[in-house]
Amino acid sequence: MGLKRNVSLFTGLRYQGKGPMLTFVLHRIGGVGMAVFVSIHLLASFLGGSGGQLANAIYEHWVFQLFIFFCALFHAINGLRITILDLWPKLIEYQQEAIWVEWAVFIPVYGFAVFVIIRTAAGG
Amino acid sequence: MAEKSRNLSLSQRGMNFETLMWYFTRLSALAMYGFILFAIIGALVMGARTQMNFADMMRWGFMPNGTHVQNSNVTDLEPWVSPFWKLMGSGLLLVAVAHGVHGLVVVCDDYIASARGRQIVRFLSIIMMLAMSFIGLYIIWTS
Repeated sequence: MGLKRNVSLFTGLRYQGKGPMLTFVLHRIGGVGMAVFVSIHLLASFLGGSGGQLANAIYEHWVFQLFIFFCALFHAINGLRITILDLWPKLIEYQQEAIWVEWAVFIPVYGFAVFVIIRTAAGG
Repeated sequence: MAEKSRNLSLSQRGMNFETLMWYFTRLSALAMYGFILFAIIGALVMGARTQMNFADMMRWGFMPNGTHVQNSNVTDLEPWVSPFWKLMGSGLLLVAVAHGVHGLVVVCDDYIASARGRQIVRFLSIIMMLAMSFIGLYIIWTS
């Protein structure tokens, strides 16, 4: 079944999955993060009122925007890698290279977004 | 050597609802790329190059809704709230909700092992999908 964990939590945390494991974890965090916070954003816009306004004020705060941009951009770029490698299975041989390309795309785009968000927040 | 998979029926090749959703997840990802790139190109055509910064542009790209450009320097909001963009936003919303809710089911399946628990997750996921779709459509078409 494979549904029981046979190792201790500590061993599990030290799992040496390296690059692919890191993308898996970040993909999951990004996906769940987007699902939760975009749902809250939708509900807040729908319900309005003081609670909705507070929720949307938090959502639109620049610190939170940095987080949700990270979720969305990483999920999108990693998702494109997964899609391409899954739909053309022969390319799976180049997974490691694909992950390098992924970071090479993600870091400049996200870095630029961080720069713009912080500059706007600082009033520039 | 086994028989060529092409000669087997779809069910013999393991085609079931989960496989179908596996394909849907990948294909809807490509569809969302299409929607988002289209929205960004549309924004550039409507004058975003001089009136919006990168962050505003991404916000518009992830959901082409007029409220997402209100805080930018766009002078004329009229083209940004046209029925065309509402239709595009609705398409993106429906694809994204289906993709996201199915993603949550996949995540839950990794941690919930019992058949009963998985059934409950699926039931809740359908309710969440319908609710989010209708609420989203309501916001898009009334804002």
